[in-house]
Amino acid sequence: MGLLSDPNRRRALIGMLTRLNAPICMICYMAGVAWFMGLAFEPFTLRTYMSENAMGSTMVEERFPAGERALATGREFAAHKKKTGGMPVDWLVRTMQARGLEVYTQRFSRKLPFPDEDKERYMVKGTNVYGILRAPRAPRTEALVLSAPCSPGNENNQAVGILLGLAQYFRSQIYWAKDIIFLVNEHDLIGMQAWLEGYHHTNTTGMDWSPLQGRGGSIQAALSLELSSDVVTSLDLVLEGLNGQLPNLDLANLFYAFCQKIGVLCTTQGKLPRNDWDTTSGYSHAVQTMMLMVLKQASSRPWGDHGLFLRYHIEAASIKGVNSFRPYKTDATTVGRLLEGMYRKLNNLLERLHQSYFFYLMPSLTRFVSIGYYMPAFGLLALILLLRALDLWVQLSSPPTRTTEDACPPLCPLSAPQPASPGVLSILTPLVISHLTGVALYTLPVLSQELAVEHFPVSETEAVVLTAIAIYTAGLALPHNTHRLLAGEGTEQGWKVLKLVAVLYLAVLLGCTALINFSLVFPERGLLVGVNDPGLTLLFAVFFFQELQETPVTLQEGWMLYLSVISQGILDHALYGSLLYPLAALLVYPCWLLFWNILFWK
Amino acid sequence: MAAPLALLLIVAVTIRAALFRTSLANLISERVEVVSPLNAWKRVVEGLALLDLDISPYSGDVFHETPMVIYLFHFLMDYAEITFMGAGVKFSSLHLVSQFRKQKFALEADRIPMDCLELIRSPTEMYYIPLKVAMFYLLNPFTIVSCVAKCTCGLNNAVIALFILSTMRGSALLSAIFLALATYQSIYPLTLCVPALLYLLQRLYIPVNVRRSSFWFYTLQYLFMFLGSLLVLICLSFFLLGSWDFLPAVYGFILSVPDLTPNIGLFWYFFAEMFDHFRLFFLCVFQINVFFYTLPLSIKLKEHPVFLIFMQIALIAIFKSYPTVGDLSLYMAFLPVWNHLYRFLRNIFLVSCVLLACSALFPVLWHLWIYAGSANSNFYYAITLLFSVAQILLVSDYFYAFLRREHHLTNGLYLKKKDGSEATLVLK
Repeated sequence: MGLLSDPNRRRALIGMLTRLNAPICMICYMAGVAWFMGLAFEPFTLRTYMSENAMGSTMVEERFPAGERALATGREFAAHKKKTGGMPVDWLVRTMQARGLEVYTQRFSRKLPFPDEDKERYMVKGTNVYGILRAPRAPRTEALVLSAPCSPGNENNQAVGILLGLAQYFRSQIYWAKDIIFLVNEHDLIGMQAWLEGYHHTNTTGMDWSPLQGRGGSIQAALSLELSSDVVTSLDLVLEGLNGQLPNLDLANLFYAFCQKIGVLCTTQGKLPRNDWDTTSGYSHAVQTMMLMVLKQASSRPWGDHGLFLRYHIEAASIKGVNSFRPYKTDATTVGRLLEGMYRKLNNLLERLHQSYFFYLMPSLTRFVSIGYYMPAFGLLALILLLRALDLWVQLSSPPTRTTEDACPPLCPLSAPQPASPGVLSILTPLVISHLTGVALYTLPVLSQELAVEHFPVSETEAVVLTAIAIYTAGLALPHNTHRLLAGEGTEQGWKVLKLVAVLYLAVLLGCTALINFSLVFPERGLLVGVNDPGLTLLFAVFFFQELQETPVTLQEGWMLYLSVISQGILDHALYGSLLYPLAALLVYPCWLLFWNILFWK
Repeated sequence: MAAPLALLLIVAVTIRAALFRTSLANLISERVEVVSPLNAWKRVVEGLALLDLDISPYSGDVFHETPMVIYLFHFLMDYAEITFMGAGVKFSSLHLVSQFRKQKFALEADRIPMDCLELIRSPTEMYYIPLKVAMFYLLNPFTIVSCVAKCTCGLNNAVIALFILSTMRGSALLSAIFLALATYQSIYPLTLCVPALLYLLQRLYIPVNVRRSSFWFYTLQYLFMFLGSLLVLICLSFFLLGSWDFLPAVYGFILSVPDLTPNIGLFWYFFAEMFDHFRLFFLCVFQINVFFYTLPLSIKLKEHPVFLIFMQIALIAIFKSYPTVGDLSLYMAFLPVWNHLYRFLRNIFLVSCVLLACSALFPVLWHLWIYAGSANSNFYYAITLLFSVAQILLVSDYFYAFLRREHHLTNGLYLKKKDGSEATLVLK
């Protein structure tokens, strides 16, 4: 505690920190960015390994034989789907019952706040069908879920086929210690949301669903299967869930272990693991994979049907079959064996997956970076803010004390300068106004869509997005003008105090965001520069994401994509409770407005 | 003065009333930082329901408030008003605290070196202090959330404020009664007995001298009033309930800490981790923290009982077994009274940053631990520790600043070394 009590050393340290503030900040910034980019460099990362004992040492043998029959079931499902023009509920119930499952259905309906133009839906009505395979060997207190979506068009028929085939095969085995729930959900995430809310008796988003008639035990893990072709070249593992939550790393390890064992090509973010880390292309490949993961996580939306399970503390991932032009193909039997193996290992679990990491980034499927390695990168960036704050604090507090020491002789004590603090009002006004603008940005777009549609030639979705952009832009002018109106000219100290408040605000905001969703910090980091605003950051992120996915877009397409990203963000919040939109509107945007205000203080 | 006060009161009441109407109220009243097992409104409601059914409210280990509180709410279900009143009463009492300090400084003014006059607060500054105290209490976010959660610690705060008020007024009887009431509510205010006594003695110009009979006479008189009213309160509770159930359920609960729900205090994690056979020993070690500092502090600060009260309240809020943010707000409301110490504070920037960050991190880490399942209790406890350390730093910083100011008052503000250069004070 010597540093806290010894004034000389304190003064020396603070003096050094303020004198060298700019260079230290620069060094921290560069070190932070370098550290972050270094995370993708293979020698700095750890190899994935299975931490969970119950899944590691036990050997299982996969014997699923009926791939062809599963595909035939899938084709039958497709035919019935086409006939009913939606979910073939009766057929599914019959088929599942024939396979010896306890079958239940759940109806749900949801009216979206405004039409979703990407997926072309507004009033959503659907039915989930699920069958429970009761565990013969244990008291049915735990369950596993395998789900496949019933998507419109010709997609995911094979996934449903394999699901039903596995159900039939699993039924004849005697070693199950956990209930296995086979779920076919309609309207992808909306159906999943309805089912999960029904299963857990919660209702967070005001959706209508009929209560579930049958339940298994508490769900330990879930996999969601998406497969649209009879043969696949590789399987892609999707981990990013709602609000950037990730399942326990052991689930990814399990997937990887079985892919290795069975000999299936496996990818994450659609990128194969490569061994040439020491070449530039190998490194940039790893960086791309990691940046894709960061961007997907930062988007806070579920990237597969598994995404909503994570909210209920259930480890879940999506497995997507990819059929590309590679010559080597994997058939449905092999995919079935892979899933069988994974479920048998999950069946052996004695407790929830908790041994391995929950916070990680993956530069490839075989490598990971844990929280302990990536947090310093954030810490270095947060340090800049704290140093800036310290500098401002010293600037603010030192002038009055210096004048008392130098200028004021002991004989004129009554004229001692009071610390000229700018009134609370001059700080409070911009704070309150920016937050009110944020609240407007949060509430108005959805509320005012009818009004906008009435007066302008736009559709509802466009109305919402354009209102949001309009409020956003209008907000740029608002705080400054209103502030001037209320408090008059800003003083020199005024902006310093405001900047101090804004810097601390940003630091706390970044700290909290880093813990909830680490990846969001890096887009937000743009705020550090002060000129880079959240809207532009989002635009940039959209282009960058397309670039990384190797599907570059033109400016026009990019703009359309940008608009749809905004509307999807608002929808995600309304439908699934994603936190990105409220976070951006209520906290990040006001915080950035404060910086904007400082920029135009005079 | 009256107009800004009225305005402040209206703003404060409006904020609370508005928050009561929103869905946030439910959310806040579930937060472990805001309510403890001791003072959660939910538990009071449970106790009331049991009482209505003619069952002892203490059966079932849910209700841990004192019998007086439950009877109070039994007759006044208009809870929100009560809490508001608590806040209001407190505000008016603190209003007067500083009045007395003003007189004291007037007395001091003629015997200190000239150059220290700038350390003395001018009357205009003094004039606004009650307003600032009221503002710090009523608009403190901690108080607001605590009030919106209908946490009964608002009542405790009001009782303690009344105690301070009556002490400052010099009314020994009222002071003893309110102190007894506060002690009856939550044991820990027992330690405030010493500063109150010191203050009353000082007021009557009775020197603290163990050989003087007048000192002993007054001390015994005060203690008699205090213990007498405490006895009356406890007996009254016994007659109201018809059993002694409340003693183990309230005081046993406070002292032996059986409920390890996480909170912002230091107890829960340790006792959740501890082996059972060490429990008693560490319980004593932890509990003694509240009482331990009373003696050295009262020796050091025997000339300044008001500051001693502040220190004691802060220590209670930090070291008590079930602290909530409502307890914090009580001592934070006193900070403007010491704003003349501001220039001697050394770590205020660090401490306020840490307190700010911790308050934001509490809900985040709670979310990660309980809902997302990705963090665990260690993360939350780390923040609890940091929060406590920041509070301790804050209190010790104020203590240091107070002592330093006293030093300057006697030795002059601008110290010179023997060779004429400027000297610095080093605390080692």
